[in-house]
Order: sequence, then structure tokens, then C-alpha cells
Amino acid sequence: MYVAVKGGEKAILNSHELLAERRRGDPEVSELGIRQIKEQLTLAVDRVMTEGSIYDPDLAALAIKQARGDLVEAIFLLRAYRTTLARFGATEPIDTARMAVQRRISAAFKDLPGGQVLGPSFDYTHRLLDFDLMQEAETAPEAERAPKPVDDDMPRVADILDSEGLIEIDEPDDEEREVADLTRQPLTFPAERDQRLQNLARGDEGFLLALGYSTQRGYGRNHPFGGEIRMGEVAVELTPEELGFPIEIGEITVTECQMINQFKGNEDTPPQFTRGYGLTFGHCERKAMAMALVDRALRSAELGETPAFPAQDEEFVLYHADNVEASGFVQHLKLPHYVDFQSELQMVRRLREQFEARKRGEAAE
Amino acid sequence: MTEAAPSPLLRVTGLTHRYGEIVACRDISFELFAREVLGVVGESGSGKTTLLNCCSAHLEPTAGRVEYDTRTHGLADVFGLREPERRMLMRTDWGVVHQNPRDGLRMDVTAGGNVAERLIMTGARHYGRVRGEATTWMDRVELELDRVDDPPKTYTGGMQQRLQIARNLVTKPRLVFMDEPTGGLDVSVQARLLDLLRGLVRELGIAAIVVTHDLAVTRLLADRLMVMRRGEVVETGLTDQVLDDPQNPYTQLLVSSVLQV
Amino acid sequence: MTEAGRSTATAGRSVGEAYNFAYLDEQTKRMIRRCILKAVAVPGYQVPFGSREMPLPYGWGTGGIQVTASIIGPDDTLKVIDQGADDTTNAVSIRRFFARVAGIETTDRTAEATVIQTRHRIPEHPMREDQILVLQVPKPEPMRYLEPRELECRKIHGFSEYGLMHVQLYEDIAKFGEITTTYDYPVMVNRRHLMSPTPIPKFDNPKMHRFPALQLFGAGREKRIYAIPPYTEVKSLDFDDHPFEVQTWDECCALCGAEDSFLDEVITDDEGGKMFVCSDSHYCGERRAAGHVGPMEGEDAPSFARPADQEADGS
Repeated sequence: MYVAVKGGEKAILNSHELLAERRRGDPEVSELGIRQIKEQLTLAVDRVMTEGSIYDPDLAALAIKQARGDLVEAIFLLRAYRTTLARFGATEPIDTARMAVQRRISAAFKDLPGGQVLGPSFDYTHRLLDFDLMQEAETAPEAERAPKPVDDDMPRVADILDSEGLIEIDEPDDEEREVADLTRQPLTFPAERDQRLQNLARGDEGFLLALGYSTQRGYGRNHPFGGEIRMGEVAVELTPEELGFPIEIGEITVTECQMINQFKGNEDTPPQFTRGYGLTFGHCERKAMAMALVDRALRSAELGETPAFPAQDEEFVLYHADNVEASGFVQHLKLPHYVDFQSELQMVRRLREQFEARKRGEAAE
Repeated sequence: MTEAAPSPLLRVTGLTHRYGEIVACRDISFELFAREVLGVVGESGSGKTTLLNCCSAHLEPTAGRVEYDTRTHGLADVFGLREPERRMLMRTDWGVVHQNPRDGLRMDVTAGGNVAERLIMTGARHYGRVRGEATTWMDRVELELDRVDDPPKTYTGGMQQRLQIARNLVTKPRLVFMDEPTGGLDVSVQARLLDLLRGLVRELGIAAIVVTHDLAVTRLLADRLMVMRRGEVVETGLTDQVLDDPQNPYTQLLVSSVLQV
Repeated sequence: MTEAGRSTATAGRSVGEAYNFAYLDEQTKRMIRRCILKAVAVPGYQVPFGSREMPLPYGWGTGGIQVTASIIGPDDTLKVIDQGADDTTNAVSIRRFFARVAGIETTDRTAEATVIQTRHRIPEHPMREDQILVLQVPKPEPMRYLEPRELECRKIHGFSEYGLMHVQLYEDIAKFGEITTTYDYPVMVNRRHLMSPTPIPKFDNPKMHRFPALQLFGAGREKRIYAIPPYTEVKSLDFDDHPFEVQTWDECCALCGAEDSFLDEVITDDEGGKMFVCSDSHYCGERRAAGHVGPMEGEDAPSFARPADQEADGS
């Protein structure tokens, strides 16, 4: 029976009902709560917030639940919600130097003011499945705290190098210029720094990871050192017009990665290191590091290197980093294309006839 | 300028180009007249390719002027032209034969399509006539016509170079820039190609700037020579004069080293 | 932002209440309308716009939806088609979307609609000056496969250097003896801008020429809007000695007998059996209602030939 291609409203509704049923799974098993997701799948929540471009763990958890754990779908849900929200204004830039640090490591110095703080990390776990987790534990694990809190004064590694003039100056943007907003204005080329960093922050973790990796393997080598990775809480401040001074409206957890990259100076600039920058909501360390590698790779033209590899190709990277765009367009191939296919089919049939007639002619000769 | 003095086709004045602290060309001036072939010789690193790229408007020099006798404005600074005018110049009045055919051909477009492109870019919209012209030109550069629908990636290096020449000459340019046109080819292939080039340039009355490290190429093609070393012109004159009676010690070395081989 | 606060803020609201008329906020609609005006002023020119993230996936009509949302009013009547048909899943989905967020009238009758959003077809039924056709655009840049760089494409349009496209046509003729592009066949608009007509079959290209209705094109993912104002010259690229031609069929529509419409091929069994039917479902239905009969009408017709309420469950 011919029903596959043309479906009516009823078919769509039935599909949605099935989807809801599958999402819930076996009703014998108790339903997953938003708070459970928010508290226990925190890294999924962090990724969805980062690529969904909205800091709201509750909504991210809801999106993950609704999307049945499909994080790209959850990011899409969050983005579609975000787009309808009104803008109150732009906050002041966050100051990661004043971060309440949970984790801070540098691969560039053995020790440094504030020290190395491992914090919660998979890094030195042996990736052995913990079969105890198969059972729901009766008591919650509790980590022993250090006798004293981490140092208040924890300068960023880039600032330490900066004080010696050994790293390029992180020049603040022109304060007069309005910061671009990729969700309101289309991307333009050559992209400015604000557009590039926004795009990468929203970009797909897997895509950036692969691109960052490619630069390490020689496809756009940029000599990176993990200058510093820090994760913790920063204050968000807004300057209401009627007040004229910034007030703190809350705090958010972010992960920041500053890569230090080698660069020889030229006639005008003394030899100094260059930077690659990564920032995410929550704790998305892999993403922040990959972002920093790709950010640096995309600066190749600006720094006088010849862009030759995919990670250095601005249009290639920025146009393909967004997983909501990519997922939609890849999956649109599910939509009917039979008008175009009919057109192609007709053409191929006609060309085939001509081909075969020619072959017959040749055979007859 | 008096009426009697012919206007040059190309005039370069005080051209200097730097890459950071490195000076690739320093204060170079010369004129090129219609139907004249200028050879630019020097070893690699002498700045000759940079000079060629500046003259063909592919690279804006740090200082100095490049003027060309345009059909619309007369002698005009090529970097002062509007970009569409400059692009138009590049696909009509000018041709560029690259050392590496990959830089001058579309490797996945058929040979015929490669030649047809310049005609189409200048407005030709009759398939039969475009194809006729393309095959005529393939024939003139001695390419087999039954290869007209094959892409150049299936061609040998010598054939690719011929195709590049056909693609450039099809719009009857007045000035062709050539960068080591026979570089990377076997000696026997080189000789045939040079012979062909010389015939076409003379027959069509094309002016050309030919950059090469090979003095034999200039002997065959060039009317005049410019010898470059470390970004500067060290000697200039008629080809035979420079090659047979070099004045500058560097030119002498260059000429004698060739003869020793 | 407590959970309690959130639940009172968002829970229990119907979609219609939670969103502005036609989903987009008024400021966004104004921005899009300004882009549309610019697009109308420069026919065929791709105007970049601040495409919003829509609750439908990119590539599924987000550009068309944003254009429709920006021009539609409470008194409008909307028709949505995909592949020429009103009952394809994505057309149903978009029509439902507007019925939910704008509460407007919808129709499947071409003549009754004031706005028609379409993917891959232009209706067979002639359109009028008081109607608007909105086309969904997957890839607005006609030069993209020949020149992937956006910066270079902008120059090509700026300088009107479209020769490369003819090189492509040359290649077709050299290899196959004819131009083999069958859909998304590039057109020159108003003798100035090369434009992708969207993946409509080239059969529909001639309809665009001096079309009485305004044609608007929205590309959400690529963030471009372009337009063809009524009665604008639209010419399909060709060579003087290889003029543009549209598809023809040896068959007529099996259901309504039409010989002048675009036909879909439908496989009826696994032994090579097939039939051809109008891709424009409304056109076909209208003809049958007027008494036209095709060679297979009355046989065991496939599901799309039946009224919607009898349609089988497709899930």
C-alpha cells in the first residue's frame, strides 16, 4: 500500500505520541526528574547550556529530558526557546581573574602563585567501570576538603607572562564599538574577533575537537602549551542605565582556557607568545581547550602565517561549526525531494538511451 | 610627451616591495612597448617573481607605480583602477602563464572548457562558436583535438603548459606575463614549447615579460633582458648584447656558469 | 531563577498565549520586512538578514517561515505546499505551525490563498497580483559549487562576472550534448543578478518570468532573503545555440489527464509498474472535480488520491 511518502496531520500526531511514549520508557521505572538531570548529569547540562547559548541549568535539564538525552536536539530546543526572549541589555565583561576557582591547572609552569588546583577531574581516574554505581548508593560520596581555602590571589598565567611582555597584549576591544550578536546579525567575513569567539563558543564540541586535534597533528601547527585552564564561579554584572554603575546580578560557572602559542616576532614586534582563547559555560574543559586551539588557528592570517589547513580556514570553520545548522541541513535530506529526483531520473534515462544508441551504432560499424 | 614618442604599453616606476624586513624588489623602473618581449633573469630569491606579480597586479607593491596603457583611460596606474576594471584587464588584455599549470588551469574542467572560459567571461554566448574557437586554439598549440573533452589533470606537464598558453591567447591579449614557462619540463619538451611560444608571440604581436633563471629561454624569446640580483636590476640591454658581452660581474658569472654546464 | 518561579512563568500556558502573533516578535518582523523591501528594490540580490533560530530545523523551511511570519496578518489565508502537494508531512507541519502561532485561516486552494509558502514547486494554477509566493531556499548562492568562498562570491555578484556558470553549461554540453541541470536551474533576474530559483524543477522556471505575484525567497540557515517583484524579467541561462528547454512527458496525469503539468512518477509494484500523476495535488484535484479524467482514474487509486480523512495512518 502506498502510504510512506505523503503523511497527513494524523500521522504526525501519532508519531509524536509514540515519541512521548519512547521518551518515558518502561513505566515500571520511575520517571527521571529535572533535578536529577541537573544534579547528576551536570556535564551534559553544561554542554547544552554552552552550545545552546543560554545559562539556565533547569531549562537545559528539561531540554535533555525532552530530547531523550540527544544533546544536539536538546541544544536545538534551548536555542529555539532562547530566540523568543527579550533582551534587557548586555552585561559587563566577566572577569575571570576574579574567579572563585574550583579548578586551575597550568601546563606551562611547575608552580605559580595560587598553585595547581586539580578540583573535580576525570584526568587521573583509571577508566575502569565502577560497578558499585550499578546499585543506587545509600550514602552520598563526600570529598575531604583542604584545611584552607584556595588562594584568593590567583593571577592568570597569561597575565604573569603579560607582565614580562612575553605574550602579545590582550588588547581590549574598542569600547565604542557595539559587540556583534550572532543570534541577531548574520556572520560576515572576514569575521571580527567577537563574531569568531561567539561562533566557536556556540560551535559543536565534536567538530572543534577534531579541528583542534588536526592542528596538533600538523594540519596547521601552532605550538600550543596549555597555559592555563581554570573553572569556577564568576560574578555577572549589569550596569542599569538609571544607575550608571555596575551591580552584581548573579554568578555563573565558566571554564576558561588560554593556550600559549609560539610566534616569532618581526621587524616591529619583539618575539613573543601568541594566544588562543576558549570559554564555555559550566565545566566543558575539552570544548574550551579545542576552542582555544581553533581560535589560534583562525588567527593565522592576522599573524602573518599562510592559512593552508582546514582549521585555519575561517569560512570553512565558522560556517560549519554550528550543530543546529548542520543537523538540520543534513537531516533535511529526509524530506521529500521527489520533484527534483523525478527531474534527474528523466535526464539520466534520456542520457542512457543516447549512450546505448551510440554503443549500438558503434557495434554496427 | 611629444606626439612622435610612442607611449609604452607598461611603465614601471620606482617599484619597491618588502615582505616584512626583507626587500624583495628595490626601486625598479622600466618601460615595455607593444610587441616587445622582456626577459627578466636572476637566480631564485633575486626578486624576479615578486616583480612579475607586482606588474601583473597580483601583488600591490610597497612603493612605486605600475602603469598600463588601458583601452579606456590610456596610461593608468593599475592599482588605481577600480577592481572590476582591473579584473576585466586580467581576463582580456592580459594573460598569465604560470610555472605550475595548476595555478593557471581548472584541473577538473575539460581542456575545451578551460580555453572557452576566457571567451565566455568576455561575453561569448554561442556554444558552437566558443567550441570552435577553443578547438582552433588547441590546434594552434599543437594539442590533439580528440583530447578536447578531457580534463587537464589527465594531460602531461608539457600538454598542460600548451593548454595554459591556448587559454591565455584565445582572447588575443596585448601583454602576457610568463613565470618560468618551461620550468619543470624535459629538455626536449622545453625546446618544442619554446619554439611554439616564439612563433605565436611574433605572429600575434604580443608583448611579454618572461621571468626565468634559464638564459637559453631568454635567448630564444626575449628582445631585451633585465638581470636581477638581490632585488635590484644590475644590468639591462638587448638580449644578445647582454649575453654576449656582459658588463656586470654578476651577469658575467651567470653567463659563464651557463656556458660551463 | 528558582524552579518554582520558572514553573509559574512557563508551565500551563498554551502555545498561542506564550508566543507573539506568528511566533516572531514585532521587532524581528520589522527587521525582516526592511530586508524584504531592500530585496524587492534590487531584484535577485541576496540580502543578508539576522535569521532567527526557529523551532523547526534548519533546512526545513526556516527562511520561508520567517518571511511568511513577517508578512502575514490576521486576515490572510495561507497555503503551504511541499513538492507541489498540500499533504506532504513538512507542508502539514508548517501549516500546523502557523495555525497554532497565528491562528489564521489555511487553505489548499491556490486561488483562495493570499500567501503561499512552497518548497520545490510553483503552483500550476496562475497566481495574481494580490497574492505572494514565498519560496523556501536551502542554498541561496547559485555560484557556490563553482566558488565556495563567500567573499569571492560577493565580488562575482558585485561585478556581475557570471561567466563561470556558463563554463558549467559548456561542460554539460561538451560531455552530454545538452545542458543537464534539471532543477535549481540558475536564472538572471532583471538582467543584473544571477539567482538560484531554489530547487524547483526547471519546468517551473518560465513561470517566474513576468510573474504577476510578488515572489519572496527566504534562506534561514544561510541567512539571506531575496525577491522578484511582480512582472520582472527572469531568464534561464543558456547558449544562443542551445536554448533553455523545460521537461516534457510522454504520459499525461493518470488521474486527471493533464498534459501541461509537472508529473511525479509513482512506483505501483515491484515489477516495473508505474504511473505518472500531477505533483500539484490541488491542481489535479480541481481538474478532477471539473470532470477531467485520466487513464487510471477509478482504478484502485493510491492513498494520495483519496480524501484526507480516509488516509491511512502513516506512522
